[in-house]
Amino acid sequence: MMGIRTHLSPPGLLFAILGLAALLAPFMTLAANRIVAGDGIVAWRVAGPAITVPGVAAVMIGLAMGLVATWTRLRLLGAVFGLAGLLWLLSRSAPILLTQAGEYARVSPAAGFWCLLVIFMLLMADALAALKPGPFMRAVLLFAVLAALVLVLHSGLLSDLSVLQEFSSRRDAFFTEFQRHLGLAFGSLAAAALIGFPLGILCHHRAGLQGATLPVLSFLQTIPSLAMFGLMIPILGWVGNTVPGAQAIGIAGIGFAPAFLALLLYSLLPVVGNTVAGLAATPPAALEAARGMGMTPRQRLLRVELPLGLPIILTGLRIVLVQNIGLAVIAGLIGGGGFGTFVFQGLNQTATDLILLGALPTVVLALTAAILMDTLVELTRRIPEETA
Amino acid sequence: MIEIDQITKTYGTVNAVDAVSMTVETGSITVIVGTSGSGKTTLLRMINRLEEPTSGEVRINGTSTSTVKPHLLRRRIGYAIQGHGLFPHHTVARNIGAVPELLKWSRDEINARVDELLALFSMDPAEFRDRFPAELSGGQQQRVGVARALASRPDLLLMDEPFGALDPIIRTRAQEDLRHIQRKLGSTIMLVTHDMEEAISLGDRVAVMDGGKLVQYAPPAEIISRPATDFVANMVGDVERPLRLLSLISVAEIIEPGEADGEALPETASLRDALSACLWTGCDALPATRGGTVVGRVTLKAIRARAGAHE
Ligand SMILES: Nc1ncnc2c1ncn2[C@@H]1O[C@H](COP(=O)(O)OP(=O)(O)OP(=O)(O)O)[C@@H](O)[C@H]1O
Ligand SMILES: [Mg+2]
Repeated sequence: MMGIRTHLSPPGLLFAILGLAALLAPFMTLAANRIVAGDGIVAWRVAGPAITVPGVAAVMIGLAMGLVATWTRLRLLGAVFGLAGLLWLLSRSAPILLTQAGEYARVSPAAGFWCLLVIFMLLMADALAALKPGPFMRAVLLFAVLAALVLVLHSGLLSDLSVLQEFSSRRDAFFTEFQRHLGLAFGSLAAAALIGFPLGILCHHRAGLQGATLPVLSFLQTIPSLAMFGLMIPILGWVGNTVPGAQAIGIAGIGFAPAFLALLLYSLLPVVGNTVAGLAATPPAALEAARGMGMTPRQRLLRVELPLGLPIILTGLRIVLVQNIGLAVIAGLIGGGGFGTFVFQGLNQTATDLILLGALPTVVLALTAAILMDTLVELTRRIPEETA
Repeated sequence: MIEIDQITKTYGTVNAVDAVSMTVETGSITVIVGTSGSGKTTLLRMINRLEEPTSGEVRINGTSTSTVKPHLLRRRIGYAIQGHGLFPHHTVARNIGAVPELLKWSRDEINARVDELLALFSMDPAEFRDRFPAELSGGQQQRVGVARALASRPDLLLMDEPFGALDPIIRTRAQEDLRHIQRKLGSTIMLVTHDMEEAISLGDRVAVMDGGKLVQYAPPAEIISRPATDFVANMVGDVERPLRLLSLISVAEIIEPGEADGEALPETASLRDALSACLWTGCDALPATRGGTVVGRVTLKAIRARAGAHE
């Protein structure tokens, strides 16, 4: 008994219990049209046994494989197996459910599916973490997962699902808003870096400036996001109307400009704060030696302070990027574009699928950015830490 | 020649360095010794203008340092910081090559110099070149710090407790190496220590500091035989004074004709070693050799005479 227990993976056990519970929850929802709430259907009722038996079995076997603590690769395989089972159930049952229902009927994944998806992804992450992949390997894994996702979506396997139906009727708009979203998140990041690095470096050298700047930026950070986006409307509206030429370059109360500015303001604190912290983290003795050997202030900054502070500075950029990918959704509210457009349209029409069309890609984007930036930070941290 | 002229540094109301004047001859080793907080580091840092003097000036070969841009001045002066101050993100090679890099030496020149210095400090270049400072022992870090200060072959070298973290054996070796390098290159060295032993064995002249003031500046023998104040006498240690003095005199100076039994002493050994050998073997006299052949003997009597000569 003891022997068996020590071979069980504690997270794997948790995932198995949660997974079995999730199997009892509705796996899919069938609705008469895109507005009304639908009926939940549990996994073993979504189609005939020819489809449900292998699907449910794959999910359960996947959960079981996750239980083995000693064999990490088996747990990883279990996650892949489970995910394949989920995909099988979803793609096979959707057309069948639709043929039984009316013309405007919609099928979508329900709570049970989402829970199982999260559980298998956590299982995968747990197993991968135990394998301790290097930074490059992690980037490769990330792209493999993304490629698999694109492949599945592109194959049409899931095209009967309501989210993808929303997608196919808005294909062009989706990619426009995707670009807009990236433009908002990365554009504001770039602008924040352009302003924040020099400002941070100045603050590092002048304690007075630092004392004045950081509290102001902290205050900006405390403004609730909806209020911030709302505030931009009158301010930029006024600028657009009074400053000659401002309207010509797109400055107006609503649209891209106010959303961009709001994101930029939120980004400044992490960039400036982490730049200051990164530069201040230089060991005093190293700085003193740099001075003693005749480095100019500029050489000290470029050769000693910046390289040593880089991990902290990049961590600031990581915070900003992930934060802005999420916050950019709110731009949809003031006509700034991005995935928020779908979210707010969906909210207006109480069309859940439309909300998901905006929300799901945002989540994937934020996760991807977080993992990539973490990898980057780790790469710059490769220098051994000073032990003395 | 370095002339330090009435140099003072005041922090708040305290004079960390108080009207210090001294002249350092080119090609000599000057050791600044004193208790903790006596202003040694501050004095040293005013020479390469890491610290601006409150008053007074420093002249190097007649030129006041205040007329030279600080960073250009510092590139000409080697500086080994207290601790080691190595760059944690650079390899040993890049650390040592830092000043040559600033002076725009070619890659090959820098690499050759790095290997030369590592070898000089008994660190195998192939093994240590690409390590990071965190991957070295404290003593190795300190040696790399000294090597970095030597890298561009500066005429003037400022060293702040460069051998503090070394064990006695390596420390003696490092001191001998430094002496050797200095003699070969004819560089001028100002070295800070709080160890009187090190000051006496290494310095051509010793500067004793106390509470920011220079209390005595003289050759080691004079510091031992005629300490200017009680403080200096204390630093030297009254009891050991004759022994310290003997350690500065070589056997060659007191060889007398005659024969003796026992293990021979080379004439380059110090009288302190000779005394110790006599006591150990119980002999009143021991043979002395020059280049391996016996040329005479050293007697306890002669040693005793030299030890008392300055009293
Ligand atoms: N930046 C500073 N601000 C205020 N006081 C200072 C500063 N630097 C040094 N001091 C003071 O000046 C005095 C001399 O300091 P210094 O570092 O020169 O001593 P030191 O002889 O090198 O001592 P140690 O052997 O401990 O290194 C000390 O009393 C110290 O507290
Ligand atoms: Mg000191």
